[in-house]
This record gives sequence, structure tokens and C-alpha cells, in this order.
Amino acid sequence: MSQSHISGVRLLPGRLVLTVYALILALPLLWMVISSFKPSVEVYGRPWSLPTAWKFENYSQAWEMGVSQYFVNSLVVTSVTTALVLVVAALAAYSLVRMHNWVARLTLMAVMGSLVISPQVSIVPLYDLLGRVGIIDTYEAMVLPYVAYRLPMAILLIRAVFLEVPRELEEASRLDGCGSFRTFVNVYWPVSSGVLATAAILTIYYTWNEFLFALIFVNSDELRTIPAGLMAFRDALATDWGVLLAGLTIAAVPIVVVFLLGQRFLIAGITAGSVKG
Amino acid sequence: MRSKTERVLDHLFLLPALIFLGVFILYPLVANVGFSFSEFTLGSAEKSFVGLANYKQLVTDPIVRIALTNNVLYAVISVVMQVLFSHALAATVLVVLPNRLATAARSFFFVPVLISMTAVAILFTFVFDATDGLLNGLLEAVGLGNLAQPWLGDTTTAIYAVISVSQWQSVGYTMLLFIVSMQNIPTDLYEAAALDGAGLLRQYFSVTLPQTREMIFVVMVLTVSGAFTVFSEPYILTGGGPGNSSQVLATYMYRVGFFQNQMGYASAVATLIFVITLALSLGQARLFRTGRE
Repeated sequence: MSQSHISGVRLLPGRLVLTVYALILALPLLWMVISSFKPSVEVYGRPWSLPTAWKFENYSQAWEMGVSQYFVNSLVVTSVTTALVLVVAALAAYSLVRMHNWVARLTLMAVMGSLVISPQVSIVPLYDLLGRVGIIDTYEAMVLPYVAYRLPMAILLIRAVFLEVPRELEEASRLDGCGSFRTFVNVYWPVSSGVLATAAILTIYYTWNEFLFALIFVNSDELRTIPAGLMAFRDALATDWGVLLAGLTIAAVPIVVVFLLGQRFLIAGITAGSVKG
Repeated sequence: MRSKTERVLDHLFLLPALIFLGVFILYPLVANVGFSFSEFTLGSAEKSFVGLANYKQLVTDPIVRIALTNNVLYAVISVVMQVLFSHALAATVLVVLPNRLATAARSFFFVPVLISMTAVAILFTFVFDATDGLLNGLLEAVGLGNLAQPWLGDTTTAIYAVISVSQWQSVGYTMLLFIVSMQNIPTDLYEAAALDGAGLLRQYFSVTLPQTREMIFVVMVLTVSGAFTVFSEPYILTGGGPGNSSQVLATYMYRVGFFQNQMGYASAVATLIFVITLALSLGQARLFRTGRE
């Protein structure tokens, strides 16, 4: 909107509303970070003052009490999921662009339909299925469903970019004697780095924070990812609030950093697909 | 013409995706309906057919009624906050902040969205704590101490406390979507409106709102179906309690299936969630199309 000619006074109410809203968002987060350096008595005792002595041990204690394990689990699950989503989705998108038969049309319909199905609805059959295959309480029990539920978004995003590749480029590649795979590597792969980054960031965001599957499909504490692990962590700590808050801060920081680094890819993705976790 | 091996290869490239979608999304969806006509326990292979028994139970279950009411409440408040308020806030950001600051604000408002709901919900148990909670402390500090209460422990306030945590996290998400779509509106539309003497408020209603109709529709659908599938917030903050006062369909489904070990009944609740979200999405799509004609 054009604003150059609007006087400062008229902008004041709007700025006030934004400031109040920003405070509502910032205060709990600020409180979390500051309190994570406090001994537990000060967390509630002096909620809005700085720690009398900064207790960095809270972090090492949280880290040793299980957060490091959850962190590693989250890293493993997130990176394997993301790699699988990218490879499977890129191959599928490539086929969908090249094929023009009923298989392609049907697949595309299935992909679009899957986009709107929420994981909550399938929890019982999924548990039943994973149990029968015998992979309840493994990394796979999380990774495989995660990949499936992120694929529709990734396939549609990547396909949209592949559709823009000029036909002549592909023809030329074939005339040069390149087969399907070489064409994929030479023609399509180079144009897709942006959209792959977008799909990757959306997958990381979803996987890093996913709670329902992580809670139900895994029982062993050694396999828990951060979101499910934090629950066990909270129960184990009872009133050791400083350490608990340090754990929460450790859980929150990496994804915020990844976002700040890859912001434009994330924004491109969520506005193109408007897909929520 | 493409060689035969190439065509085979194309199909082969599609196969992994088809397997993932088929096994983990489409099969469970169909199986869930089948499961809802049977009764079985966690991890047992035996499923006994019980016909419509689960659905009969569903219709008369008082907790389903509470959960459904809470989901409707969730949807109404979420639409007000994540569609109406968030849209107005997005427009405000673009009008009152210079460009660079608007981008920074957009990122800042998005931060809560990035943090795992588990961490957010645990954080808010400190905010809502009955005796020493930050909210009660704040109320006392400004002389409203008589409003202080055990937000999560009271049957009348628990669901509202839970819903407010969802809003705290999600408004920044829909706001980002609105800001991006508002930034795509051609500026000459505003210039024309300003020439016609339209003030800021008039410009918002005659230019911004109609120009972002599609995004409003998308956000509506996302918000409403999110409100009927919500799980983490009530599960972590209250576990559906006290009593069942903050139970929603997804937490009740979890309780019925994984604690009371009635997996068939849990499937029936899941089917209810699916039918509601599907009907609401289709209904909204229809409404959106008729509105455009």
C-alpha cells in the first residue's frame, strides 16, 4: 500500500497494536530464555528479573539428561526423511512431466487428494500396519509415514518447476543420445536446486516438530525425537524448571536458525503450496 | 518416439512414490473405515465384526458431544484470530511499517510457528500455572488480581487457555500468507482508490479484501480443518481435562484407542473427524465458487 503521504500521527494506532502483539509473542519466549539460566527457585520467585548468577549448568544438565539423545534422534529422522522425500518426489515429478497416460493422470489425482488428508485420521490403521510389519518402536516407524505425508507437497512443488523446462531442451538431450536418467541429471536437476531447497525446508520443519506419530509409534526413550522426548523430559524433571526451560530452548533454537538461513525458500514453499504442518 | 525401455523407466521412477502414497496414506484411509465396523485391541490380529455398534456408541457418547463442541469452539475462535484478525494485522504491517521493517516484522511474527508445539505448550504451562503463573502474576501487577485463576485446572477456562496457545503460535503463519499475497496487489489499484478519495479503511475494504480473496479462502480451509484435527495443544496442556472439559475429537480418539484399548471405536471417531474435515473443505470450496460468480 502507498504510505508516503500518510502522516505519522495516523499510523500511531496501527503501530501501537503491532507493538502490543509483538510483546505478547516476545514475552513468553524472552522469559523462557532468561529463566533457562536460573536456579529453579528464581524461576517463579523472581520471574521478570535477570538471574542473580547465570546458571549455564542448566544447559549441560539438560543435554546430559536425555536432550542430546533426542537431538541426535531428531537429526537422524529428519535428515533421512528429507533425503528420501527429495529423491522419491523428484523422480515422481520427472515421470509425471514426461508421461501422458492414465497412469500419470491417476497418480496426479492421488497426489492432490493425499494433500488434504490429515495424518490424525489414519493413526489406528497405521499403528496396526506398522505393528504387523514389526517396525513399531524403530526409526522407520516414524520415517516411512513422514516421507509419505510430505511427498504430495514435494511432488507438486517440484512438478510445477519441471513443467517450465522447455520441451526443446529435453528433445536435444535425447538427440544427443541421453536416456531417461541422463536427461534427468543433465536437464532437470540443474534447474531444481531452488525448489528442492524449498521442499527440503518444508520437510525439515514438519519432521523436526512432528508430535503425534513420534508419540504413538515409538515407546523407547532412546528413540524419541525432540517433541516426544520433551514430554518424558518434563515428567522426569518435575520441579527442576531451570533445566526444563534450558531443554525447551535447545529444542527451539536450531529450527529458528535453519529458518532464518533458508527463509526465502520456506516462504516460497508455504505460499506456493499453502501447506501447514 | 520414446523407446520402450524409456517408457518402462518412467513408470519405474513413479513406483516409489506410488508405494508410499498407497501404503501409508490411501490404504490406512480405507482400512480405517473397515476398522470402525469392528472391535479389537492394541496389537491383536483378531478383529471381530460388530456392524454399526461403534457408530451407535458414537452418537450417544456424551464425551464425543463435549469434544465436538470444543472443536467447533476451536474453529470459530481460530477463524476470528487466524483469518479476520491476522488479515487486518497483515494489512496494518504493510501500511504502518516501512518496507524493511515490514519484512523483519514478518519474520519475527513467524518465530512461534517454528517452535515445536511440545516446547510451546510446556512453556505455556508456566504461563497458566495456577499459583505462580506468569499470567496471574501479570494480572496482580496491574491490579486485576481478582481475575487470577487456575486457567488450565478449571473446567470453564481450560479449553479457552488451550485455544489461546494455538492462536499464539499460528497467527504469525496465516499473517505471513496474507502479507505475501497483499504484496502482490498492484499499487495502482490503491492509487486509483486514493484518487477517488478513499481513506485507509475504505482502501482495505474495497481493494485489499477483494484482492486477497483466494488466499483468504485457502487460509479458511487450512484453519478450519486444523481446528478439527488439533491434538498436541490439548494433549500436552490439559490431557483433555479437567474431567473431559477440554477434550477434542483427536485427543479423545487417542484416549479411546491407546488407553482404553478400543481400537474399533477409535477408528469410528477417526472416521468422524475425516468426514467433518472433508465436508467442511468441500463446503467452503463450493461457497467460494458461488461467491465468485
